Amino acid sequence: MDLFEDTPGDNAPEFSVSEIAGTVRRLIEGELSYVRVRGEVGRVTLARSGHLYFDLKDDKSVLSCMTWKGQVSGLGTMPEEGMEVIAEGKMTASGFSSKFALNAVRVAVAGEGALMAMLEKRKKKLAAEGLFEEARKKPLPYLPEIIGVVTSPQGAVIRDILHRLRDRFPRKVLIWPVAVQGEACAPQVANAIRGFNALTPGGALPRPDLLIVARGGGSIEDLWGFNEEIVARAAAESDIPLISAVGHETDITLIDFTSDKRAPTPTAAAELAVPVRLDLMAWTDAQEARISRAIGNSVSRRKEKLRDLIRVLPRADALLNEPRQRLDRADDALPRVLRQTVERRAAKLSEFARALRPATLRTRIKTEETRLNEWSRRLGPALTRGVDRRRDRLNALHLRSAPITQKLERQYKDFNALAPKLDAAFTIRLARAAEKIDALDRLRRSIGYEETLKRGYSVVRAGETIVTGAEAAKSAASLEIQFKDGRVSVTPDGAAPKPKSRKKKPDQGSLF
Amino acid sequence: MSEKPVAEMSFEDAMSALEGVVNRLEAGDVPLEDSIKLYERGAELKAHCQKKLAEAEEKVAQITFDENGQPKGTTPVDPA
Repeated sequence: MDLFEDTPGDNAPEFSVSEIAGTVRRLIEGELSYVRVRGEVGRVTLARSGHLYFDLKDDKSVLSCMTWKGQVSGLGTMPEEGMEVIAEGKMTASGFSSKFALNAVRVAVAGEGALMAMLEKRKKKLAAEGLFEEARKKPLPYLPEIIGVVTSPQGAVIRDILHRLRDRFPRKVLIWPVAVQGEACAPQVANAIRGFNALTPGGALPRPDLLIVARGGGSIEDLWGFNEEIVARAAAESDIPLISAVGHETDITLIDFTSDKRAPTPTAAAELAVPVRLDLMAWTDAQEARISRAIGNSVSRRKEKLRDLIRVLPRADALLNEPRQRLDRADDALPRVLRQTVERRAAKLSEFARALRPATLRTRIKTEETRLNEWSRRLGPALTRGVDRRRDRLNALHLRSAPITQKLERQYKDFNALAPKLDAAFTIRLARAAEKIDALDRLRRSIGYEETLKRGYSVVRAGETIVTGAEAAKSAASLEIQFKDGRVSVTPDGAAPKPKSRKKKPDQGSLF
Repeated sequence: MSEKPVAEMSFEDAMSALEGVVNRLEAGDVPLEDSIKLYERGAELKAHCQKKLAEAEEKVAQITFDENGQPKGTTPVDPA
């Protein structure tokens, strides 16, 4: 009995895993050694090793792609997520992980629409960085000495520029030759812009003071290099003012947004670069003419003003006429006025002088003398007369002492007669008064309390106070009893008798 | 009045200085002595401008590179 039944394919050779992996790999790499794959870029990873990994996808499948480090620079377009691209390369399969992938050596943006979409994305990005802002754009020099042109050294573009420069204002031009299309374009243009900036002013290779980046018209793919970020950034970073002139009027590339000025054509770039020399010569001549005219005007204006001033300036004679007349008048009047004044003064003087003649003075002195004598003569008698009159009046008053003496004597006699009478009357009155006093004293003694003491009564005192009741006696510290023949100190119940100096009291007390 | 020596001026500076001189003179309010000075300066500026304009010289050269791609020198270009 057979353990193994015959089954179809039994005689087919058996592969080891490695064998089959190797076979697949050979098949794939042999059959698909060059493919172009179109798809949308998915995840993109640039590894630290320098190798690039990205996915290509459509609505159903995903294809892994990788580009080795050495191949990246030749890729053409760096794949960006979302970009529609055509990738070229060969298919590879890895036996190690049972996977296949595309080794992409070129990547190109697929189709114009996709290119424009990518351009829009870049524009947004650079605009967000502020690279398009007017404020960062540099003014172009009015008349550059050296113009650097980044373009192809062959072709119409450089000729157009040079011709137009020569027409307007011949200048020194340095051409930095670059590829203006293809993969080399963007890096070369960017490098040229940086290279010009790196030159030193006035060196063996003098640094230009204006740059023109130019290219003629072409398809969007032809112009694509000027849409690359490195070119746009190099233009934005240029310290030398930069004019972009890429394509024809309607072609606008990314560099046009970051350049300091966009020219619609290379010829227009030359026109922006320099002014027209003949115009400037004409202008300079015009300035000269204006200066001459201005100076001329200024001088003639001043002349006219001077003339006007001279016209209104009065003649010297006219100015002097009036003062001269006044002088004449004064000159005329002066002697006359002087004479008159002197005469008037002289008249006045003689008037005074007349009064001052010596005869007149003498007469006057005489008169005065006479009057003085008269007065002095009258003065003596007048004085004595007053005294005499007063003496007479005094005498007339009869002031004699005899009557007064008589009167005094009479009154003295009267007084002497009265004096004895007065004495007698006074003595009698004194005696009467003494009698009366005695009688009164007798009466006083008979009714005085001392008389009652003689009859056996006594007076009780507490200090100076007369004690008249038992209550007062009890409360007193000590008592003094007066009898008709003296005083005794006693102490009421319990109170020690207080020794008391016997002071002789006047025998006169209260009636009670 | 800018005191920068005229000989050191760029064409543009000389131009605007000349314009300034002309405007001042045309304004007519400059004292006579100053206007003479301005006139002299204007003449100097004008001469400088004309010199700069006369200096216009066409010279076209293309940059050459060494083996490392660095600019090395120039080679004349016939612009015709």
